[in-house]
Amino acid sequence: MSTLSRKDVAHLARLARLAVTDEELDLFAGQLADVLDAVAQVGKAAVEEVPPTTHAVPMTNVMREDVVGPSLPREIVLAGAPAAEEGRFRVPRILQEEA
Amino acid sequence: MTTTPENEVRASTDVTSMTVTELQAALQDGATSAEITQAYLDRIAADDDVLGSYLHVDPAAAVERAAAIDAAGSAGSGLAGIPVALKDVIVTAGVPTTSGSKILEGWKPPYDATVAARLGAAGTVLLGKTNMDEFAMGSSTENSAYRITRNPWDPERIPGGSSGGSSAAVAGGLAPWAIGTDTGGSIRQPAALTGLVGHKPTYGSVSRFGLIAFSSSLDQAGPMARTVLDAALLHEAIGGHDPLDSTSIDAPVPVLAEAARRGAGGDLTGLKVGIVRELGGEGHTDGYEPGVLARVAEAVALLESMGAEVREVSCPAFDLALPAYYLIAPSEASSNLSRFDGVRYGLRVGDDGSRDLDEVMALTRERGFGAEVKRRIILGTYALSSGYYDAYYGQAQKVRTLISRDFSAAYDEVDVVVSPTTPTVAFPLGSRVDDPVAMYAADLCTLPASLAGVPAISVPCGLSDGLPVGFQIMAPALADDRCYRVAAALESAQDDARGSRFLDQLPHRDAQAAGGAA
Repeated sequence: MSTLSRKDVAHLARLARLAVTDEELDLFAGQLADVLDAVAQVGKAAVEEVPPTTHAVPMTNVMREDVVGPSLPREIVLAGAPAAEEGRFRVPRILQEEA
Repeated sequence: MTTTPENEVRASTDVTSMTVTELQAALQDGATSAEITQAYLDRIAADDDVLGSYLHVDPAAAVERAAAIDAAGSAGSGLAGIPVALKDVIVTAGVPTTSGSKILEGWKPPYDATVAARLGAAGTVLLGKTNMDEFAMGSSTENSAYRITRNPWDPERIPGGSSGGSSAAVAGGLAPWAIGTDTGGSIRQPAALTGLVGHKPTYGSVSRFGLIAFSSSLDQAGPMARTVLDAALLHEAIGGHDPLDSTSIDAPVPVLAEAARRGAGGDLTGLKVGIVRELGGEGHTDGYEPGVLARVAEAVALLESMGAEVREVSCPAFDLALPAYYLIAPSEASSNLSRFDGVRYGLRVGDDGSRDLDEVMALTRERGFGAEVKRRIILGTYALSSGYYDAYYGQAQKVRTLISRDFSAAYDEVDVVVSPTTPTVAFPLGSRVDDPVAMYAADLCTLPASLAGVPAISVPCGLSDGLPVGFQIMAPALADDRCYRVAAALESAQDDARGSRFLDQLPHRDAQAAGGAA
């Protein structure tokens, strides 16, 4: 179970939206196999009856008052964007155009 | 010497090796924030090309801010007029913030992190933003996309990480103190390796609002300083509930400086101290340097001489802290770092009209992230993927429960538990950078407190091969004051025995002092 092939790494990189290079695939596959060997030791612990801890300080349903607070001006937020148009973030197309 | 008035030379040399409490006294005595700030800026200009501790410094803005504090007459009241450096993971309005990554190169945040805002409100002067491992992922600061940071004790060695810019700046006299962040040891480990005091507060007791997220259930900001008292003062300034952070604990700001002053009195009568067997104790010394274990044993003996009752405690689940952490943190990181999509801020690559959003996103992230960040995103994506979730992420979270239970059982018997902060002294630059598993081992001793969310401090406890060794004191959640009390007792006893402060042993400082005297 605890091994990662070059092909696995390529698949995971695609899922994570990383256009990794061939050289990186070679490097990462070896390194990640070593890391996975190390972290797979968590499997040794007998934890059948143990609940998971997602958070060291348990808190649920933290609410603020339901009132409108200040927010950042639009032009300030858009100033940090790589591309903006008509007061919005501009993004590359998300659908292929029909021929 | 003849061309510059002697008092000016002395003032600038002295100011950059003073503690903050001494700076406060100097300000009350008539020194100005502008002079002190300028002295630090001069040191940065002279030394940071080599040391590499800062990513961004704006001397004109710092001087202007200091002059404004002076003009308002508030310098010397509280922290007003005291310079500070912030790790570059903390967003600062209008001041470039990169988190050590190319993907945020040139980005100026539109708002201040709560930590930055509170320090601003207290009247501190921002010296600059310090170097760090990219997105705080690393233990040596070598994963910064921008520059190498050197250890002031030995320029061929790492300053620790990920808050290595902060540690190098404070130890090297380029900032009187600094804010770091700690996810698995990133305040305590660099503090230990550079001879500083560094404290990771109880999770939730310092606001995470405006910290660029790495692993949200673990990230915590805290102080890095030259003395325990300074660290306590800085912690008090940034701590306390923040409605902008939904994980912030709604409790009063802890009283920490008082605990440090009390500890410095040197009386630990009745305090129960547990030495964690699994962190360098019998049968668990693999990977620990003998010099580190010797200094830690001497520190324990010193605590005993001040009246502490010392016993060994066993925390078996700590053996699995490293694998659990290196599943939980990358998993949370793979999710957190999805925000860097080339749409709202930072880099965008390949947007030439021929590529769709997915391609542009993948090219942007490929170009913008460094190797360690990519490795952790891939590992986290794997650990969270269906079919592996239970075996990796789920199992790691259960181990986390076991680690918390071990702490609880220990605290039933003792008031604090102690260990080395790191298994080794600072290692040479380049020696672990191609071996992630070896790099991860640098965090061996700091990970349990991170996973359990309990407070932990590192305080210097001597030298091994001429390099600093850190002593770690861990306390129950919200009992941060115990860390400061015990650390101050140890610091004060060691200072008395040595006849000087720990950082006075820094080779560079000696050379400076000798140069100044001659």
